[in-house]
Amino acid sequence: MIETSGLSKTFDGGVRAVRNVTLSVRPGEIVGFLGPNGAGKTTTMRMLTTLLPPTSGTATVAGHGLLTAPREVRRRIGYVSQSGWTDPAVPIGDELELQGMLYGLSRTETRARTAEVLAMLELGGLESRPGGALSGGQRRRADIAFALTHRPVLLFLDEPTTGLDPQTRAHLWDHIRALRDEHGVTIFLTTHYLDEADALCDRLLIIDHGEIAAAGTPAELKAGRTLDEAFLDLTGRSLREEASV
Amino acid sequence: MARDTWVLFRHHLRITLRQKAGMVFGVIQPLFFLVLFGPIFATIGTWEVLVPGLIIQLSLLSTGMAGFGVVHERRTGVLERMRVTPAGRLALLLGRVLTNVVTLAVQVVLLVAAGFAFGLRAPAAGLLAGLALIVVLGTSLAALSYAVALTMNEQLFAPVMSTAVIPLVLLSGSFLPMSMAPAWLDALSRVSPFRYALEALRDLFAGRYLTGTVLAGVVVTALFAAVALAAGTRVFGRQAA
Repeated sequence: MIETSGLSKTFDGGVRAVRNVTLSVRPGEIVGFLGPNGAGKTTTMRMLTTLLPPTSGTATVAGHGLLTAPREVRRRIGYVSQSGWTDPAVPIGDELELQGMLYGLSRTETRARTAEVLAMLELGGLESRPGGALSGGQRRRADIAFALTHRPVLLFLDEPTTGLDPQTRAHLWDHIRALRDEHGVTIFLTTHYLDEADALCDRLLIIDHGEIAAAGTPAELKAGRTLDEAFLDLTGRSLREEASV
Repeated sequence: MARDTWVLFRHHLRITLRQKAGMVFGVIQPLFFLVLFGPIFATIGTWEVLVPGLIIQLSLLSTGMAGFGVVHERRTGVLERMRVTPAGRLALLLGRVLTNVVTLAVQVVLLVAAGFAFGLRAPAAGLLAGLALIVVLGTSLAALSYAVALTMNEQLFAPVMSTAVIPLVLLSGSFLPMSMAPAWLDALSRVSPFRYALEALRDLFAGRYLTGTVLAGVVVTALFAAVALAAGTRVFGRQAA
């Protein structure tokens, strides 16, 4: 579902955010992409979602070349950014309608799909509410709903549960699992919550200083330690001062 | 691309229509000039000179500030959400620009209607041709405004644009014809495309269609539109690559 080879990103000013990343995600997997602040998680995700052109390297996402067919990639993926993207002043029903139609669905298809997605994420009846009138958990689920209107085969979630209370997080985990188990969606997510990665993911990739530092199942990476200990052993204990990239 | 542009135009128009107060306030400032300055101006000039000036001022204040919308969308993440869709990059710009231009056209019609109540007299053909010129000018201004908003630090956009609008309005000759200005100011105003658009608009409102002034206004406005749309598309395309 995702294959990259030597993917790199150097920003203006010479900051090498991602260095020679080669990774693979199989269909139907939930893969966690972990790393300290500034390790290159978001930059990698933004490249894989066509938002940022790589400086070098190649990638195939959802069966299409990232550089050669970005529009085809966009048609098949869903992406939920770290900071969310509901307009506080616009009813989420309007935003979902726009979203569906930008993916080429007819108005009838969009309405049917909107109802389906809202029901799936327990947001039914909230179509007329603007994003600003939703709770944090509802807003996050609305963010995910926007990414699901066109039935993507691959979903990118950038820190989907940051800032949510434990109940809402657990609830969202159920939704993420259901997306894979019931709808066959492949999921690539970043998180700082290692318990979340342990509970949700089939496989983990750890990135540090822009390079893949380790890859394996949670059990393989833990190797008798907690995931927190394994993560610190792999990435060190020094504080990271860089801005998140 | 046409479908994406239409879908985005309809979405943005729906948002704009919900903010009726915003549209009304947009036209209030030129109306103030019409009501509080017009009667004084009418003692030395005519409504056919003043109203086109107020239309140029309105265009600069309305579509010139269109970039605020994209600043908001960038801040809330909405712009990025649209960038991940397969919608054409040019459509992402044009859908917004069309909404701004339709809003401007409605405001211009309201202003002209108010002008008629005060004593403006202009032929229908001149008014329609003038509106067409303003639509092209508004398209250019909105595209340019989005380009500036996406290029500039969002905190700087408001002070820079509001500061830029004042000299552009004055140099266009909106309130007093630039023929009354000293030579250096007259020469400076000739750099601004808004002067040519305004002079053409005044000729059209006076029922003079086939004049060198109208031709110059149309040519300069068309060139300005080509440059502004190219810049807007380039910046929007790069930001939304």
